[in-house]
Amino acid sequence: MNRRHFLKKAAAASAMAAVAAMLPGVLFASDIESDHFPPGIDWTKAPCRFCGVGCGILVGVQNGKAVAVKGDPNSSVNKGMLCVKGYHQTMCISSADRLTKALVKKHGKYVETSMEEALDLVAAKMKETIDRHGKDAVAMYTSGQSTIPEGYVASKLMKGAIGTNNLECNARLCMASAVAGFLTTFGADEPMGCYEDIDHANVFILWGNNMAEMHPVLFSRLLDKRLTRKDVSIIDLATRTTRTSKAADKSILFKPQGDLAIANAICYELINNGWVNKSFVEKHVVFRKGKTDIGYGLEDKFAFKDEAQPIDFEQYKSFLEDYRPDKVEALTGVSAGDIKFLASLYGNPNKKVVSFWCMGMNQHTRGTWMNNLVYNIHLLTGKISQPGNGPFSLTGQPSACGTAREVGTFTHKLPKGVVTNKKHRELAAKIWKVPYDRIPDKPTYHATEMFRAVDRGEIKFIWIQATNPLVSLPKTSRYRPGMQKKSCFIVVSDVFPTPTTDVADVILPAAWHIEKSGLYGNSERRTQYWDRMTDAPGEAMPDAWMTIEVARRMGYGDLFPYSKEKHHEEIYNEYRQFHAGKQHNMAPLAILKKRSGVIWPYIEETGKSTLWRYNSKYDPACDPDKDFDFYGNADGKAVIWQRPYEAAPEMPDNEYPFWLNTGRVIEHWHTGSMTRRIPVLHQAVPHAYVELHPDDARQLGIVNGQKVKVISRRGTTILPASINERGLPARGQVFVPFFDEKMLINDVTLDAFCPISKEPDYKKCAVRIEKL
Amino acid sequence: MPVKSYIAFPRVGMKEQLIEVLKKTPHCEVMPALNKDVLVLVTDTADDQEEEALRQILYGIKELAHLNLVSGYSDKINQTDEKSSEHDNE
Repeated sequence: MNRRHFLKKAAAASAMAAVAAMLPGVLFASDIESDHFPPGIDWTKAPCRFCGVGCGILVGVQNGKAVAVKGDPNSSVNKGMLCVKGYHQTMCISSADRLTKALVKKHGKYVETSMEEALDLVAAKMKETIDRHGKDAVAMYTSGQSTIPEGYVASKLMKGAIGTNNLECNARLCMASAVAGFLTTFGADEPMGCYEDIDHANVFILWGNNMAEMHPVLFSRLLDKRLTRKDVSIIDLATRTTRTSKAADKSILFKPQGDLAIANAICYELINNGWVNKSFVEKHVVFRKGKTDIGYGLEDKFAFKDEAQPIDFEQYKSFLEDYRPDKVEALTGVSAGDIKFLASLYGNPNKKVVSFWCMGMNQHTRGTWMNNLVYNIHLLTGKISQPGNGPFSLTGQPSACGTAREVGTFTHKLPKGVVTNKKHRELAAKIWKVPYDRIPDKPTYHATEMFRAVDRGEIKFIWIQATNPLVSLPKTSRYRPGMQKKSCFIVVSDVFPTPTTDVADVILPAAWHIEKSGLYGNSERRTQYWDRMTDAPGEAMPDAWMTIEVARRMGYGDLFPYSKEKHHEEIYNEYRQFHAGKQHNMAPLAILKKRSGVIWPYIEETGKSTLWRYNSKYDPACDPDKDFDFYGNADGKAVIWQRPYEAAPEMPDNEYPFWLNTGRVIEHWHTGSMTRRIPVLHQAVPHAYVELHPDDARQLGIVNGQKVKVISRRGTTILPASINERGLPARGQVFVPFFDEKMLINDVTLDAFCPISKEPDYKKCAVRIEKL
Repeated sequence: MPVKSYIAFPRVGMKEQLIEVLKKTPHCEVMPALNKDVLVLVTDTADDQEEEALRQILYGIKELAHLNLVSGYSDKINQTDEKSSEHDNE
């Protein structure tokens, strides 16, 4: 094996990955195997840096440099497969514009500064702001890409040391509705099932989830099952025709916001046809209703608190009369026949059904309700917490679950529980060794409101880590000028320059994924550890270590007694104490170092993962005298929620006649700060575009590739038209991917959010299209 | 010294014939998909002249419907790709 042969294998791997992206499920006999690589490469396991699937990767390092990536055949997540992003991920590390030195803005220009001096400045500014304006004038905004130790020390600094709940993260923008859905229905966050459900199910119903592009490795597993078993079918339920629709057995298009009515109509059918699992419902379910007409959060300082009222089955059944399939045809755009077909799949006792969803249901002004409604279907039929049967919300970021949700880097959260719960505050104070009353008992700002508070001048210092809000927030047309105001001192830690670092007063160079050790937690509750493999360039350092250094400079050194070399291990061992017990036991570090991840709760006695929660056959936290035990709720029962259809806050009208939907493409990950620096991916999709239906394009006189303006009441962006290419929106709808900072679609979007989860809706607002 | 990879689509019903033709074509290595009508083609030529000659041969193959370039590594051309593949260098 020489260099030439090695290059050929790398080129082949790129092409195979590209084919896999185009044709999910494709198989090659000559897959890339370790013996194709030259000797002298050290292979080290890690989770992938990108999406929430959490594929296992093996990174090849030679002479201190990452030279190759391949799928980890020992990982049960991906079984050796990777997507096009996964194969190419380490290519961004050596980008020419990599941040390697701290930059401090002086007289309007960035000046290279030593990290020591920059961290001194950050600590001094944070302390000075607290002294002058109070502790709620400082904030941190972190990420579902932060490692578990990084999220943990951020929480400890803000909530335990300083004593403010001004800690939020970008997972509010993608997963908060899933969290609120889990908590309101089951009293505990995160899916009850795991990816092994794919091996057992007959039917996969995808709710607004373009899985072929967003979770391609999992989608390949679905397609593989369909190839090898005749009784497997995939149903795509979406507002736009995508690669997923084309690969599915049936594609059902619905009108934006119509999913609320579809889910209720399915429940109507289940009851009307006698397909309810009565025994399961009687033993394990209660019925409730909440407030209605709950608003959209469009105004600053919007406040909402839901109130649950008990109802009975007959009241719920009566409520569903409004959702008879033929009654909701006009509202949903879905025929009664198709709704009955969906209900028949869920209602067939001989079929095992998994529902998958991600941003379509979560980024929704009724996102919590939508999550509740899909749980209703699975609870009515008893198809839950069993191999091949269950609702499954997928995540977008590699540690949205592990860090944002489990460590709890939200304003209302603690590493275990919530700030409003006295016992949870007491536990945190005990482990953190801080006075109990230092942790405030009220949440402050959720993500959107945090940036509104920056704009209003209330937050005067913010430290942003591992995220790019000036591309990812909705309505950046407000929040970019807000961040440019002099009233707030802005610190941004990142690996590359972004539109967010552009407005920073201090830019701190961060170590990338494999340049530090860490842990991520994926969509199926799997915690994965990796070791540092290469050195970070220049003075770049892990975000956790920056936080520790700043904490020490602020006088909190006694709370952060970690060593530079082993801080990630010391932090994880401290964090693990929060989850001791059968319900959320985290695996010891020694186990995580050996395995390609462990699904919590980890069972100490057997050394195994818990694959299905709430089912006493698999979950040791259940009452052994019950078959199912939804122990997150005090009565051990899950909740079926009565949630109605309510319209979106902004709908097309004469002035703005199109629905705008935004999302992602397989080649780019989120705001593109990494994937746009990987030439293979950048060249594949070099810029964003606006997809139009061909009839709409013809009516507007727009041809493929022509530059058009997408205009809303908030802002305008100019993009080339895409007609009959990757995706096909329905008539009256347009779609724009959000990865391109040069064609910022979030200048156009609306910052309405779900009043319960506070997650913005990026999928629905009104725009008009103009030719240039 | 270009090394390139392509996705190659055969004309309908001609996958096996295309594999045979490409196997006999100099500087070509072919990796067929097992379950789809698509192939991965990796080419390895000594210089730009050889590369151009191969390109002409490929475009003349009647069993080939479409060829998509995926990646290229070269000591001379495509500096962006060369830089991106820096991590692939020994």
